[in-house]
This record gives sequence, structure tokens and C-alpha cells, in this order.
Amino acid sequence: MEEYLLKVDKVQTVFKTGKGEITSVEEVSFQLKPGQTIGIVGESGCGKSVTSLSIMRLLGKHGYVKNGSILFNGKDLAKISEAEMREIRGNEISMIFQEPMTSLNPVFTIGNQMMEGIRLHMKLGKKEARNYAIEMLNSVGIPRSEAIMNEFPHALSGGMRQRVMIAMALSCRPRLLIADEPTTALDVTIQAQILELMKKLRSQSNTAIILITHDLGVVAEMVDKIIVMYAGQVVEEADVFTLFDNPKHPYTKGLIGSIPHIETHQEDRLISIPGAVPSLQNMPTGCRFHTRCEFATERCLQEQPNLIQLDETGEHKVRCWLAEEEAYVSRENKEVFV
Amino acid sequence: MSLPTEIKIEKPSKERTGTPLLEINNLKQYYPIKKGIFSKTVGHVKAVDGLSLQIYPGETLGLVGESGCGKSTTGRAIVQLEKPSEGEIIFDGKNISNFTNREMRSIRTELQIIFQDPYSSLNPRKRIGDLLSEPLLFHKLATPSEAKKKVEDMLEIVGLPKSYRNRYPHEFSGGQRQRIGIARALILNPKLIVCDEPVSALDVSIQAQVLNLLKDLQNEFNLTYLFIGHGLGAVKYISDRIAVMYLGNIVEIAKTEEMFKNPKHPYTLALLNAYPVPNPHLRGRQRIVLEGDVPSPANPPKGCKFHTRCPIAQSKCREEVPVLTGVHHSVACHFPIN
Repeated sequence: MEEYLLKVDKVQTVFKTGKGEITSVEEVSFQLKPGQTIGIVGESGCGKSVTSLSIMRLLGKHGYVKNGSILFNGKDLAKISEAEMREIRGNEISMIFQEPMTSLNPVFTIGNQMMEGIRLHMKLGKKEARNYAIEMLNSVGIPRSEAIMNEFPHALSGGMRQRVMIAMALSCRPRLLIADEPTTALDVTIQAQILELMKKLRSQSNTAIILITHDLGVVAEMVDKIIVMYAGQVVEEADVFTLFDNPKHPYTKGLIGSIPHIETHQEDRLISIPGAVPSLQNMPTGCRFHTRCEFATERCLQEQPNLIQLDETGEHKVRCWLAEEEAYVSRENKEVFV
Repeated sequence: MSLPTEIKIEKPSKERTGTPLLEINNLKQYYPIKKGIFSKTVGHVKAVDGLSLQIYPGETLGLVGESGCGKSTTGRAIVQLEKPSEGEIIFDGKNISNFTNREMRSIRTELQIIFQDPYSSLNPRKRIGDLLSEPLLFHKLATPSEAKKKVEDMLEIVGLPKSYRNRYPHEFSGGQRQRIGIARALILNPKLIVCDEPVSALDVSIQAQVLNLLKDLQNEFNLTYLFIGHGLGAVKYISDRIAVMYLGNIVEIAKTEEMFKNPKHPYTLALLNAYPVPNPHLRGRQRIVLEGDVPSPANPPKGCKFHTRCPIAQSKCREEVPVLTGVHHSVACHFPIN
């Protein structure tokens, strides 16, 4: 079996607040092989970004990983010292943020910001670093890259800034790239350019990617495996084809049905999930989705479902009582026939 | 080949009967660029550059395009939030483009707008009840006690409990605020509502709720919408006809089905192609990915404005400006796709 590059195991991330600790992400587990792309989808506030920030250890003063482990290359990122983490961050794991407008420092030139990481991690001299940075800018398709090196971020358009971010993130040849909503702030035509670019770079350097997005269209284009998160928990996990063809969790079904896409007919009504994501302070008891689920039963109100495997390979997992019962029934039937 | 020169008079389909509710003729919206200590005008940002369109009673016209193409400016010019630099806006037989603010007041009860950002378009210091009753009281359409009743009814229509009228905007989620925005636009019983990207700031499951609500309200109150959006899926779902804008002009306008089945302008085709489809089985499909960014509207290219990014541009495109031609399906392109 191939080695896993990243193994996230039952991670719980909490934030300290004046009113005690608040759990933002609970029991999130997934594995990633080199060159694989995993997508994390869900609505805002479901914990997708906090999961990625936990991996990067960028949780700020108040947040920390309380339980679980994040094994990257055999090292537990939740335990190692800050100095060790600094070696890894930006070097072996790098990140592209959502807002290309705010994630670049407005008072330094593009060249200055590009070279900082390159000189720190690759131990190159000034001149070499500069040439390398220009090379990186060229590889992400930025025209006039030498001139752009001396420009400030405000002079670039959104798509260009996101390209600079990608060039920066990829400059140290990371083994894992975390892309947090990399195209949400961009127009569709620019989004298509950036996605094509990410695909090209992925195939060239065998980088593993964690793609965080709420756009199921982007996920369908890009990833191998999907994790659907709801209210801080993983509710369904499957490879991309299974998830779209045979979604099991009512929330996943709702998400897929609620996107109006080009093939939707005007007469069809969109499936909408009523209500909104519950807040972290007052999570409902039982299944966290029961307040918005049309199939909720008495059991869903009381007991919390576990993430169970639906098939023998263990690739398709779901956290839902209904799916669990359904799976149980079908297994019973099989046994009867055998 | 003889093409009909008068394209504005045709009204073939069953929805488009009678005179247009709104007619825009050669709308131009220029913003001066000022430089130097004497604020000399050195040029103009041509946000909207000679746009003409008609909206018929009871229909929804979708307006799509990338950011910066002038779609929001058009919407704002229609409700006279900005005075157009040139051109006429004829609403219900009256040319409102040169109305004074006082004259506009009588029209405002019939012409309303829903804004994109539900977080900044509601006054944080006012209770919902006051926000919604203000237009009624201002236009002297109701006494305070009648207004209270009407506000309660309206909250119910948009799917919020009556008791919410005593709350402040910060107590609501994005989807709920957008419902309040819709209620505010609807309370004066308008004929035309300009929806300026009403769902793009919302989560997918909430987008579906709001789109369904807008559709229901249209049927119930016989509303006419101008729906501005950049998500093609949402625009297709709600619109009867779609107009595609590029750099301040309409490049193609047709009935929704026709536009999606048979796009004629290369830009429309590229937009349709760039839209990520939430179906992993369609990954390998042929796509046109546009190169580069939208040119600056301060310095638009000569000839066809799209020629800098067009995959099939020829020398004619660089010199001659194409005119919007065609009866049922109008397109502004020298070499339309068959």
C-alpha cells in the first residue's frame, strides 16, 4: 500500500473565549496520498477553513488542537515546536488564501514578497532568488514578469494576484498545497484559468492538494475524493464519482440539488435546505443536521450518529442514522440469501 | 445578406406582449478620471457605453458578465441612483432619465432595487419594522398603524416570523437579511425590481431558498425583474431572456433556452464553457479557456472590444465595431458562431 502523506486523525480544534471553550471542528479524520486531491465542501461556518488552519497551525492566540493527531510525513504537526513548524510552513506545506486582495502585503513589492520565502527556505542568494522568482511567475503565466516583480499588489487585478499567490505557494515545491477557496473571489473566466493552472502544476510536480470550497462545480472538476462537512463534523466522505452519483447523507443531497446549474430546467424547483447552519454555542443534540433535515426521526433528535463505512473498501463513509439502518437492512438481506 | 436594421420593435414571443415596461436607449455612463492639483479631467471610465435594451411586463431579463462589465452600473442607472451621462430610460412611457429628484419620488414606488450585499444595505441602527415601514410612511401610502400591519404581512410573505420586526439587522443571518431586502423592495408594490446580484453573497443552500422565493413572488404579484448576476446557473434558473454584457455593451441577447443551446458570440460560449459543472463525469470535455483579463474600461480596445481575448478574432474585428443585430436572437459579432 502506498504511504500516506498526510493523516488527519480525529482532530478536535477548540477556541478559548470569555464564555469557555468553543469546539469548532470535531473528530475530523482523513488521509491523503502524494499527488492526490481532496475537496472539503460545506457552507460557511461548517469548519472547513478551521480544519485547514489546524493543519497549518495558524489558529491564532485562542485556538488550538485539543485532541487527535495530524501526521505529516510521520511528524505530528499538532505537537511539534513552533520552530519546527516554521521550517515546514511555506516550505513543505503551503497555502493559498481566499482573498487575493488582502492576502498580499500592500506595502511591499511582489518581488520582495516572493523572495522572502524563497531565500528563507531554499537558502538562495539575492540574485538567484530573484531569478528563481521570475521563473516561478513565468510558470504561472504572468506576462512581463520582470516588471511585475517591482510592482505593488494594488497594480494587479484579482486573477493576477491569485496567480502571484500560487507562484509564491509553489515556489518551494511543497508536497502539500492547501487552497482555501482559491477562486471564490474571481470571475468564472478567470476561475477557469486558475483551475487549469492548478491542474497543470499538480501533474507536473505531484503535489497533494486540499481544496476547500463551497462550489460543488469546482470540486467536480478538480478532486479525487470529497469530504462534506456540516457544523464542524464530517458527514460524508467518498470518491468524487460516488458522491455525485450516489450521495447518502440528506445534507449532501440537499447541497447537490440546491445548485442551479446549466442543465437545470426552469420548470424544476431547486431543492432548498430550510433554515441555516446552527451556531457553535448552541449545537443541537443528537444529529447536528436534524433541525434542517426532512427525514429526521426521534432517534436523530436524541443520539448522535457515527461516521460509518458503507462499502467493504471503506471509501464511502456517512454520518446518518437513516443510511446506517439502510445499510444494515441490505446486509441482513444478503446474509439471508447466502 | 440583408439584416433587419430595426431590431427594437420586434416582440414575437407570448410573454413579450404590448409595449416594454422599461426601455433603455443608448445609455452611457462615464466617470471622469481626474489628475493633478487642478483636478483636470484626463479621460473617462466608460462603465456603460451605448447600451440599449427592453424589458417587457412580467418577464425576467437576466444580465450577466464579468465584474467590471457595467452590469451593476446599468441597474443603478435604471433606478436613478446615478444620473446617466447620456441616453434615455423610458419607464412605463415616461422618460425618467432627466427627472428631478422630486419627480423621481413618484416613480420610486414602482421601481425598486434589491442590493447585492445584505450586510451593508440595511441600516444597522434601525429595527426591521422601521426599515420596512419607512417607505410606506414617506410616500404617505399608509398611516403608522396600517404600516405596522403591512410590515407584518410582508414579513410573512418573505418567510419570516412577524415578531422579527422588533429586531435589529445584526440579529439576522445573510439569507434572512436578503429576505428583508426583498420585503423592503416589495412593500411599495412595485412593477419592476432590479435585483443586483441578490444571491452571490449567500451560501449555496440559502441561494436556492432566495431564488425560489423570488420566483414565487413573481408569480404571485406579477412582477418584472431585471436580474443581474454572474452565476450563470442562477441566472438561467430565473430568467426568461438573457443579455450578456462585455465592457459596457450587450454582446448577445436571446431567450434563455436559445442562448444555452445555441450561443452565437464567442464570449458567451466561453462563459458557458468556463462555468464548472457539478458532474465529475463531464471532466474531460472540451473547454475554451479565455486568456487574460477584461481590459480596463478607461481605455477599451478599438473595434470589437472583445478582440483582445477572442479566439477567432480577425483583422476586421480590430477595426470595426460590431452592431447588435438579429431579430429573436441578437448578437454583436462580425463572425458569429453557427
